Amino acid sequence: MSQWTDTIRQISGVDPRKCMKCGKCTATCPAYDHMEYHPHQFVDMVTTGRVEELMASKGIYTCLTCFACVERCPRSVEPAAIIEAVRLAVIRQQGGNHMTPDQIPGLLDEELPQQAITSALRKYSKGG
Amino acid sequence: MQMNQEFKPTIVAFCCNWCSYAGADLSGTNRLQYPANVKIIRIPCSCRLNPMFILRAFQRGADGVILCGCHPGDCHYTTGNYYARRRMTLLFSLLDYMGIERQRTRVEWVSAAEGAKFAATMNDFVDTITKLGPNRRLEDLRCKSE
Amino acid sequence: MQRIGVFVCWCGSNIAATVDVVQVAQALAKEPGVVFATDYQYMCSQAGQDLIGAAIKEHGLTGVVICSCSPRMHETTFRKTCQKAGLNPYMVEIANIREHCSWIHKDKPTATEKAVILGRAAIAKVHLNAPLTAGTSPVTKRALVIGGGIAGIQTALDIADAGFPVDIVEKKPTIGGKMTQIDKTFPTLDCAACILTPKMVDVSQNEKIDIISYAQVEKVQGFVGNFSVTIRKKARYVDESKCTGCGLCTEKCPQKKVPNEFNLGLDTRRAIYIPFAQAVPKVATIDPDYCSMLKSGKCGVCAKVCAAGAIDYKQQDELITREYGAIVVATGFEPIGMDKFDEFAYAQSPDVVTSLELERLMNAAGPTGGTLLRPSDGTHPHTLVFVQCVGSRCDGGEKGKPYCSKICCMYTAKHAMLIRDKYPDTEVYVFYIDVRTPGKNFDEFYRRAVEEYGVHYIKGMVGKVTPQDGKLKVQASDLLGGRQLHIDADMVVLAAAIEPDKSARPLATMLTASMDTNDFFTEAHPKLRPVESPTAGIFLSGACQGPKDIPETVAQAGAAASKVIGLLSKDALTCNPCTAQPDELKCNGCSSCENVCPYGAISYIDKPFRGPNRTTLIRRVAQVNPAVCQGCGACTVACPSGAMDLQGFSNKQIMAEVDAICR
Repeated sequence: MSQWTDTIRQISGVDPRKCMKCGKCTATCPAYDHMEYHPHQFVDMVTTGRVEELMASKGIYTCLTCFACVERCPRSVEPAAIIEAVRLAVIRQQGGNHMTPDQIPGLLDEELPQQAITSALRKYSKGG
Repeated sequence: MQMNQEFKPTIVAFCCNWCSYAGADLSGTNRLQYPANVKIIRIPCSCRLNPMFILRAFQRGADGVILCGCHPGDCHYTTGNYYARRRMTLLFSLLDYMGIERQRTRVEWVSAAEGAKFAATMNDFVDTITKLGPNRRLEDLRCKSE
Repeated sequence: MQRIGVFVCWCGSNIAATVDVVQVAQALAKEPGVVFATDYQYMCSQAGQDLIGAAIKEHGLTGVVICSCSPRMHETTFRKTCQKAGLNPYMVEIANIREHCSWIHKDKPTATEKAVILGRAAIAKVHLNAPLTAGTSPVTKRALVIGGGIAGIQTALDIADAGFPVDIVEKKPTIGGKMTQIDKTFPTLDCAACILTPKMVDVSQNEKIDIISYAQVEKVQGFVGNFSVTIRKKARYVDESKCTGCGLCTEKCPQKKVPNEFNLGLDTRRAIYIPFAQAVPKVATIDPDYCSMLKSGKCGVCAKVCAAGAIDYKQQDELITREYGAIVVATGFEPIGMDKFDEFAYAQSPDVVTSLELERLMNAAGPTGGTLLRPSDGTHPHTLVFVQCVGSRCDGGEKGKPYCSKICCMYTAKHAMLIRDKYPDTEVYVFYIDVRTPGKNFDEFYRRAVEEYGVHYIKGMVGKVTPQDGKLKVQASDLLGGRQLHIDADMVVLAAAIEPDKSARPLATMLTASMDTNDFFTEAHPKLRPVESPTAGIFLSGACQGPKDIPETVAQAGAAASKVIGLLSKDALTCNPCTAQPDELKCNGCSSCENVCPYGAISYIDKPFRGPNRTTLIRRVAQVNPAVCQGCGACTVACPSGAMDLQGFSNKQIMAEVDAICR
């Protein structure tokens, strides 16, 4: 069991053992094609202690944080919360925010949905 | 508060035979832990509980007394828990008037299916009583055998 | 002074692993009045019971304390043991050191200490026990079955077959229940109507069975053997005794736009209707929500066309009160509503249907005459997607039910197979989490769907259904294939979870029968008494107790019937001798106890008492009818002079227990 499993469970507040492996999260995910691991795999990797692989994956930043998987999960497992915890674990390990609120005004763009900025801030900062 | 760490309260739980006693059985069947301080006395219905029994328990050194019965409307004897509820309300205001902490007594509705609720209730009640400390006001020291 | 024997059970390792049973027996042996104390591996076994019997005789025991499992489990067993050995059965007390001690504690010294205290309390109580003799009460030899689905029908037929009269109360205008809506049954694929309708006819022709349709139980009084039930027979505005069921009124009624509940709203019916051709009783019913005569007093077509003169617009609800010895609950199930599952677009597209709706769409007597057509445009569907576990196996709370609905895997396999069989040009996808097929010939059936009929079973779940350009865009996961699928489907079928009928909860309250957190009725013992409710005289049949398929329902219905027959064949029932008993010398005749008694078991008599100087005083004192008293004890607390006490749970006994625990 990886040392990270407990960390991820603590940060996310999610119990991955509740997962019954139905795959509704993966069925729901709009970013499926752009990820190397998929929502149901996030959960499984945390349960089986393969968190380092997940932390090294680029896919965790592809997650849109749209929370569709959280909304649809019949067992309240919240894969998106797990992935957010994994990102947070990476950022904490690196010891610095990759994005701070004062950078936001510079990013504002007519074309860009505001939700994207919010979720980017969630992904690249220690807060959360 | 060294004394409080060693303090192991004595708690008497009166459970009606049809719902709460079965609920307590279920929490046993499901191996849900709660402290050994709780000792259960089986009564046919929550309405069998004479307020006198609660006073007796306090007199003999109990630190907390809890009554568990069927949910309102689900009483095996149709209306017993309604009687119990009224009687306990009256008794609790008497105890309050006498200066006994309100938290020392409690009424909870636990159905036969609520093993988890039974265990959770007992854990919480034992916690509450442990924090309150021993019952001194109503204990009759003459009753102590030693 | 009592001579008490203490018997500590190991229950194998269930108790002995966390409680030092030898130490408990030794500690309790030192209690006053205890003349014998021992421990044994299984007290409830024949050898254990023999040991108790032998000790009673050898040591002349007058009281017995058994430290074992819950009294709800084996109190009766041990009472019988002691009775065989010549001891009054009510001289036995159980200290529950399994459910209330060994199973909930891990630390052995703590658990042992607690077991000793629980044992002491029981000993203290036995000291004050008195021998009790149970009285008897008569049994009304008639049964009530609530619900007229296959469960209720089978139970009623079996009880009637034994010669006892039975009433079936059915809330719908006809008996038959959900099975009438089903097309074919798994795993044999025989037609549901062909096996059900003959049974419905049997019911209607059986002289012992009285069908009270379009009715609901309103009030239940009494106790096992002697229930008094009030039934509200709703006004159907048609005289049942006159109506011949010719159906002319249902053709002539001008109100054509009433959603047909029998076809789950997939077509319409008239305001006066017979639910389906094989209805029992085959009698028309007027729907007061839609009938213009009842609503505005204008119309009256049905009355004009009825040759039998059966229409009665002034009919009122009727209250029937009858006596019963036993009550069987057979209220069945309902599929859950789909409104919480917006992702499947059930509300947006008529082509997204539940499995029960699909049954109607495939039924020869259904709205499409048995041809599978899309409800939206009436065209033949080519691609169908089945979604399993919709609302089943959820985390509880808002999302759905925490349990497995049990029947969906099999009926989905049935649907998929039937569709592939009838329309080989279709592609059928089934998305599953697990396929659960425990049952005779069940897995073989499912494998046939895959291997012979080419149904695509995909391990995964549908995440989203989007209606677009007359198609249903299905986005789903294929977990074993490691891909996300996008299917253009013509129809999506949702295997909706099942839940107990809405009428079950208020009924449980009336019957004081317990329910679990999902509103399924609980059984007296999950393994050993599966068709009895913990409330004596109430029996459970069918899906009201938990999800069940038809064979299981029929088996349980028969089991419930046999329990009822066993009860009704007795001429008298042994009462609970733990009844209230007034001390006439203390009673002041105030009526407090009479007022709180829920059974009306207390009455007052004028009784002569010897007064001073050889005078006789007539005093009004309470009297308890032990056959009616159920032993709740409400009166004991209400009595201002403390005259009323409860045998078996007397004030002194309970206080002795309190003292022993607090010592």
